Amino acid sequence: MADLFEVTDLHLSLPDMTAKPLIGAAPRIEILKGLSFTLPEGKVTGIVGESGSGKSTLGRALVRLLEPTGGSIRFAGQDITHLPEPALAPLRRDLQMIFQDPMSSLNPRHTVGRIVAMPMKRFGRGGSRAEVAAALERVGLPAGFAARYPHELSGGQRQRVGIARAIALSPRFILADEIVSGLDVSSQAQVLTLLERLAAEMGLTIAFISHDLSVIRRLCAQVIVLQHGRIVEAGPCERLFDAPRSDYTRALIDAIPLPEIDPGWLGREVVQT
Amino acid sequence: MTACLEILGLDAAIRRGPRLLRNVSLSVAPGEVRALVGESGAGKSMIGKAVLGVLPRGIEVTSGDILLEGQNLGALSPGLRRRTVGAAAALIPQDPLTALNPSRRIGPQITDKLVHLLGWIRARADARARELLDEVRIRAPERVMASYPHELSGGMRQRVLIAAAFASEPRLIVADEPTTALDVTVQKQILRLIAELQARHNTAVLFVTHDLGVVAKVSQSVSVLFAGKVVEAGPTEALFRAPAHPYTRALMAATPRYTDPFASLQPVPEAVLAGLRAEVAAEDAAREARNG
Amino acid sequence: MSADTRAQRRRAGVRLWLPGLWLGLLCLAALAAPWIAPHDPLAQDLMLERLPPAWVGGAEPGYWLGTDSLGRDVLSRIVWGARIALVVALIAASAACLLGSALGLVAGYFGGWPDRVVSRLVDVWMAFPPVLFAILLVAVLGAGLHSVILAIAIIDWTRFARVIRAEAMVQARMDYVHSARIGGAGRIGTLLTEVLPNVLPSVIALLALEMGVAVIVEAILSFVNLSISTDDPTWGSMIAEGRASIHFAWWVLVFPLVALFLTVLSFSQFGEGLKDRFDPVLR
Ligand SMILES: Nc1ncnc2c1ncn2[C@@H]1O[C@H](COP(=O)(O)OP(=O)(O)OP(=O)(O)O)[C@@H](O)[C@H]1O
Ligand SMILES: Nc1ncnc2c1ncn2[C@@H]1O[C@H](COP(=O)(O)OP(=O)(O)OP(=O)(O)O)[C@@H](O)[C@H]1O
Ligand SMILES: [Mg+2]
Ligand SMILES: [Mg+2]
Repeated sequence: MADLFEVTDLHLSLPDMTAKPLIGAAPRIEILKGLSFTLPEGKVTGIVGESGSGKSTLGRALVRLLEPTGGSIRFAGQDITHLPEPALAPLRRDLQMIFQDPMSSLNPRHTVGRIVAMPMKRFGRGGSRAEVAAALERVGLPAGFAARYPHELSGGQRQRVGIARAIALSPRFILADEIVSGLDVSSQAQVLTLLERLAAEMGLTIAFISHDLSVIRRLCAQVIVLQHGRIVEAGPCERLFDAPRSDYTRALIDAIPLPEIDPGWLGREVVQT
Repeated sequence: MTACLEILGLDAAIRRGPRLLRNVSLSVAPGEVRALVGESGAGKSMIGKAVLGVLPRGIEVTSGDILLEGQNLGALSPGLRRRTVGAAAALIPQDPLTALNPSRRIGPQITDKLVHLLGWIRARADARARELLDEVRIRAPERVMASYPHELSGGMRQRVLIAAAFASEPRLIVADEPTTALDVTVQKQILRLIAELQARHNTAVLFVTHDLGVVAKVSQSVSVLFAGKVVEAGPTEALFRAPAHPYTRALMAATPRYTDPFASLQPVPEAVLAGLRAEVAAEDAAREARNG
Repeated sequence: MSADTRAQRRRAGVRLWLPGLWLGLLCLAALAAPWIAPHDPLAQDLMLERLPPAWVGGAEPGYWLGTDSLGRDVLSRIVWGARIALVVALIAASAACLLGSALGLVAGYFGGWPDRVVSRLVDVWMAFPPVLFAILLVAVLGAGLHSVILAIAIIDWTRFARVIRAEAMVQARMDYVHSARIGGAGRIGTLLTEVLPNVLPSVIALLALEMGVAVIVEAILSFVNLSISTDDPTWGSMIAEGRASIHFAWWVLVFPLVALFLTVLSFSQFGEGLKDRFDPVLR
């Protein structure tokens, strides 16, 4: 199968504002230190790693909310590494994103209907009342929710709105950045099975960022493990879980508390790498 | 052994509004970790807040008793109650980002309670704080005590909060989702730490979480909550071996499990939810009947 | 809806209608001044000097709030003074608001060099004590209503710029701003549809507060004789004149002061009330 994304030697550094001297430029901290990988079309790829390893930064570079400082990103054959905003505009529809915190990613002053309709209108994908209702329907929300404000929804419902907004544009790619880490297990199960179903139906390519390997195991075809801005391991999901090659991956897997009685688990030291 | 915390038929409601806690009873013995699980909005935090006497304005306990070391908190004057609870119990809050005052150094934030509530002298409180930071494996306690919260990582801040909770040697700790903001490797370290300290000091812990994985690893007993009602309770081992209530089984099936990816992650079935709603309605009717 | 937000809503309600009532009355009085003012505010009559208010012994019928040392009717002067006060409040505060908010928005949202320029400008501006600055400006521009309005706008835009810049900066980092970009919105579009609605409540609250400030500044300038011609009835000049006779004709000082105080208080409370009303979480 063709690759939708081809990333080679991706570097990204950001100015470190906390260390900015009074005069002159802030020193830059390198966050992504040369990543190469591909995302196969129509598959879900998991990106894991501990907090601060650069997962979100990588994701935001893929959808070009951030501009890489080195290397290249090719999307559907086109080099988008340094595309300026106007040239990027027609591609935006295909590069969608669902955010971690559904409260802060939905404008509190807009209704759900408006939140879903606005991007549809901008990209000429409809946006009428009926079309918004249909989009909400697809994520299992009643049409009446269009008139509500984000704070009037539960966390799981908000996250569905985020999904509805993204898929209403029929994009080719969706970045899902820790979209269930704020939800309780039953809402989490609902949202993830929904995303899984939609991805299969629409043939979506998804980059799924999470630090929960159990969730990754269920959803993803391949996994990329990040640590300190580098890829420590990548490969098909099953292989990675059955025979992790790096100690770090093993430590991550070991640290997952399974819902099973295991008196020795707490006592086993976390392998620090 | 007598319980450290005993809650008997606790009911709480929004003033002139809906019930939030429905006839909740549970107990925690010294040295025991009792997990309180349930989905978001089930009222887990509300129970912790009722025990600590910090219910949000507009929410009140309508009936039931809370016994802390055999003492009925409801019978105490507000001031005495605050002192009693303050001396015997402590909280590990959920969010290490917001639970520390960003404009004060770490040291005084740990020792505040010792100095103000328990009347320790400053030097003794500082020594105790250093000792505790050492216990939670912070390498340079002196430096951390002189730091501001933003100079520490999330994991370190959570350790500071744990140290602060254990500082006054409380007999009861309410841990309200103390690890949800952390990633799995840090989470495991923090869980170990709480377990170690708790075992060493023989503390009773009320552990609020929605993660059954965490429950299985740290607790000895569990209460499963739905809409403010305890639907199942028992020793952790028994509950995981043979969950009796369909809701408990559904929560287990919803919890993701990399060892069995396709059997896990199932949303709670509508039939189970309907059953739960009926149970809650029955409880409400029973209360109506009791109150005449 | 929880009890807490309901209580907050009730508070917001009182905050809105009580000041709203006073401000509405004031506006009406200002608009209808020629018809409702019982006397000509400039008409002097030394026979009638320092008449006490109607309910005090020795009052003359028809002079409800008494007269000043030149025998001018205090009530009529307050009503006419409201005209000047409100005109200044509306125009000067709006001008300061437009200028300051626009600069603040651009600085906070775009960051980089626009931010540096605006921030530096604000710093320099705020280094001057505002009242002194105003007196200086009016002295240079020449006394008169125009100068007063201009001076207030020129000085007080920084108040808006500073607050709105900080808020826009917070907003710019919110995920829904990113998600608008993901949804195809341009930079300016995002600024207008995502950032602006979220800072608007602050803008409005500040605007109301600023109107109060403008009323005070105008009063101060009149007080030091730098506003419009000394004859014209302004609250500031009335207060200035009232000072001289405080011991034997307190009403000349007290009534304009009360009007000024109530107006300024009303503007600030009204602003806070509006802010709450605009918050969908409390609605
Ligand atoms: N705007 C910024 N300026 C400076 N440093 C930043 C900025 N954004 C992120 N960083 C740093 O970059 C590193 C990677 O951050 P990133 O958000 O990509 O991590 P992450 O893997 O997504 O972590 P998490 O699991 O906590 O979301 C972190 O060390 C962070 O402190
Ligand atoms: N200040 C408040 N006023 C009114 N109702 C409230 C208030 N705080 C919480 N509630 C309601 O009380 C119920 C229980 O809330 P609680 O915070 O105990 O839930 P929880 O089980 O801790 O959930 P979570 O896992 O999301 O923390 C919820 O339905 C919530 O909407
Ligand atoms: Mg992240
Ligand atoms: Mg809670």
